[in-house]
Amino acid sequence: MNDIFEGLAAALGLIVALDPDLIEISARSLQVSLTALVIACALAIPLGTWLAVQRFRHRRTVIAVLNALMGLPPVVVGLIVYILLSRSGPFGVLGLLFTPTAMAIAQVIIITPLIASITHQAMRDLWADYHDLLISLNTTKWQRVRTLIVDGRRNLLTAALAGFGRAIGEVGAIMIVGGNIDHATRVLTTAIALETGKGDFALALGLGFVLIALALLVNIAIHALSRTESEGRW
Amino acid sequence: MIRHILPLAIAGLVATSAMADTMKLAVTTSFENSGLADVLLPAIKADTDIEVQLLVVGTGQAIRLGEAGDVDAILVHSKAAEQKFVEAGYGTHRREIMYNDFILVGPSSDPAGIAGAEKAAEAMADIAESQAPFVSRGDDSGTHKAELTLWSAAGLKPATFGDWYNAVGAGMGAALNTAAGLNAYIMADRASWLNFGNKADLALLFSGDPILFNQYAFLPVNPEKHPHVRNDLAVQLETWLTSDSAKGLIDGYTINGETLFVFNAKPE
Repeated sequence: MNDIFEGLAAALGLIVALDPDLIEISARSLQVSLTALVIACALAIPLGTWLAVQRFRHRRTVIAVLNALMGLPPVVVGLIVYILLSRSGPFGVLGLLFTPTAMAIAQVIIITPLIASITHQAMRDLWADYHDLLISLNTTKWQRVRTLIVDGRRNLLTAALAGFGRAIGEVGAIMIVGGNIDHATRVLTTAIALETGKGDFALALGLGFVLIALALLVNIAIHALSRTESEGRW
Repeated sequence: MIRHILPLAIAGLVATSAMADTMKLAVTTSFENSGLADVLLPAIKADTDIEVQLLVVGTGQAIRLGEAGDVDAILVHSKAAEQKFVEAGYGTHRREIMYNDFILVGPSSDPAGIAGAEKAAEAMADIAESQAPFVSRGDDSGTHKAELTLWSAAGLKPATFGDWYNAVGAGMGAALNTAAGLNAYIMADRASWLNFGNKADLALLFSGDPILFNQYAFLPVNPEKHPHVRNDLAVQLETWLTSDSAKGLIDGYTINGETLFVFNAKPE
């Protein structure tokens, strides 16, 4: 129990002193996870919405697979991305292994199914409301997808934040593909794993509290920027 | 919104490309946890202008990284595996740099009574006989291999052990955390132990048997197998690691007044 208070004290100490290492790894955490989030959203939101609008033969199977992939184990994703990006692997010539880019790639794979799945669930309900209207207006498939994305943006925000939460708190995959290299690929979660390994629980917990605070700040900032909870159905 | 963020995301990806004169070195957890790396890396940067990026993994994984050409050199401690690595052509050669030693740690009450043992193998036999809990790294690391050597020196086979033998499959720090939680015996390298912050009721019980000496060696990855590796930097680093300035830093590195590593590189 004492360790928790020491952790809080360590977190405060690091923040008050504006520890340069802390700022560096926090910035890298944000850089990697936000990059992954934007790419994953660009893929997953149109995909999830399209699945809600479009009817085709194996739609149920595709949705079931997508839902199952939400539970993709990060360690396995990390290992597969490692093998692909390794110098002896198919994409080895790119020299991406042990870079933040590799970490972002792994996180994109982990969070895209999650965001697509939540998007699909939300859009299916919205599509039930909009179905008759959009069909009667003789809209194209792409126009329907766009309308749903614009009018369902509140739900999409939830999907994106869920993805961000999974990305920034993830350690298994980025440890393998990033390598936790000091001043190159060390982020908050891998630093926490490292300090735990050294038995320095206070510092590990301190970094943990910083991570939680960071996630909270990003959530609040995104809500404030998109002015949710302030108008009509929102 | 996405239209505004996407360029930023792309910029984020581009900004991560590598700089000149950085090399990747896979090292063992025991080397990093000892804190010696924090002393050597800044000195290497100052003397040779090489930025060494450390990948801290077990010896088994370090060798895999070297075989795949994902690092430029490895610094590990498992002679048999290193010799195989060189024989298979993955490394150009093996250069001994320094050694530290393994120790046996356990509950301060010492239920197996290993503190009075003459030899390390004898101490291991005592633990097995008392069936006191024992934590093994179980991760194919250099430390794990050294532990297995000790069991076979004592004429015992871990595969036949009962519940008291816990193979955790984790790094040195994590395994020490487990041992502290279980109040169990464990074999650790001295450096990791002295630097470890969560000792709980554990104490150093046995050390000093020559069988426990732990030789670290430096192996550059063979550029004939992997043309992209920075063998030039690996050679420069080897020259530095075997130099007098490295000797001074390695021999002079102490924790609580105890010397951890002994420099023993021979001039070529």
